[in-house]
Amino acid sequence: MEVPILKQGHYLIASIQSALTDADLSQLREALIERVGKYRSRGVIVDVTALDVMDSFAVRTLRDIAHMARLRGAETVIVGIQPEVAFAMVQLGLTLKGVSTALDLEEGLAFLDRQARERIERVQGRIPRG
Amino acid sequence: MAAKGKEPQAPSPLDPQAPSESTAALLRELVAHLRQNRTQLREEWARRITRAQLLTAMTEEEIFAEATSVYDNYVEALETGTFEALQAYARNLSERIIPRGVETHEVVGIVLLLRDVLARSLFGKYHEDFDKLNRILDAYEPAANRIANTVAVGFVQERERIIRQQQEAIRELSTPVLQVRERLLILPIIGVIDPQRARQLTEQLLRAIRTNRAKVVVIDITGVAAMDSNVANHLVQTVEASRLLGATVIVTGLSPEIAQTLVTIGVDLSEMATVGDLQGGIEEAERLLGYKVLPLEEVTPKA
Repeated sequence: MEVPILKQGHYLIASIQSALTDADLSQLREALIERVGKYRSRGVIVDVTALDVMDSFAVRTLRDIAHMARLRGAETVIVGIQPEVAFAMVQLGLTLKGVSTALDLEEGLAFLDRQARERIERVQGRIPRG
Repeated sequence: MAAKGKEPQAPSPLDPQAPSESTAALLRELVAHLRQNRTQLREEWARRITRAQLLTAMTEEEIFAEATSVYDNYVEALETGTFEALQAYARNLSERIIPRGVETHEVVGIVLLLRDVLARSLFGKYHEDFDKLNRILDAYEPAANRIANTVAVGFVQERERIIRQQQEAIRELSTPVLQVRERLLILPIIGVIDPQRARQLTEQLLRAIRTNRAKVVVIDITGVAAMDSNVANHLVQTVEASRLLGATVIVTGLSPEIAQTLVTIGVDLSEMATVGDLQGGIEEAERLLGYKVLPLEEVTPKA
């Protein structure tokens, strides 16, 4: 099943609705990375609220998405990991190191907004006005 | 119990499901006998309970009062052949006497004593007519055994229910997740962390993060006496799992001994934010959340 990718301002939102095969996951990765360039997106949110299982391939793909998107200039945040899923992931040692996470879509958007603001402030700090 | 020595009666009228007419008649006769001798049998029973040193947690008057109601319920169950009333009574009785420390063997013991007392009285009444005695006992024994069974099972069930309830309560109490501020939780851990508790602790924390939409969690381990690599790993896992839900974890209250142990055994806590004590942890969490706590004097002049 193909995952719908929504464009929301500067951000892309991919909301996973059901369990995905490895092929679906790879397809999602390609599609997201391609759209980051196409829409000049600043942030990517992958919503996994509907997933009640996450295997190693899924976790690796999510990590790849985050790293590849960063290389293309977009920050990625994974949102909606269920408590049971989080627990199982940690038990299996799949901890998504180096990838930002947030509680839900709302938090994810707030996180990306904050990141963008900080980036602007950094830039403004480096180049004094006037 | 009594039919030994006599040849067993071939067409047994024992089936409790379908009591034959004669069994019912015999039970009626039996009940009439028990009603007639109520006072005497009851006293005899209470005496034997005291002599056998059962129900030591209760006074003599209480034993006698309970004995009376058990006796009446007993006779009623024999008469009607239904056990619901007795079951309810047994449950109610258990509820009252379990908190006073009455043991299972005591409850089973007193019911068996009553059975014996009544059987003895039947021996006494029918000792001249051995055939009749046998038939009476045939009618009496299954019912009596079933009563004993009902009461014992009722008691044990009640006890198990209480134990389950208490276990639940202890489990809940052992890991309180508290919200101290909007989006800030604290989890004070006290005592020993075993794998099962660590698991439950983590699950409870993750659920709380979800429901309270927490962004920062302070785990205080001042009350944890000792730490080994297992416990440390549990802690690391809890921190990781919380992060997956988007919450930052600050660990506080590591004692000097624990810090030394952790360094010695080489647990990697680099991923973990640690602050000396709970106060520091909460202050750090407030900073992360953008709170600033000021004394009132510093605030009012501006207003």
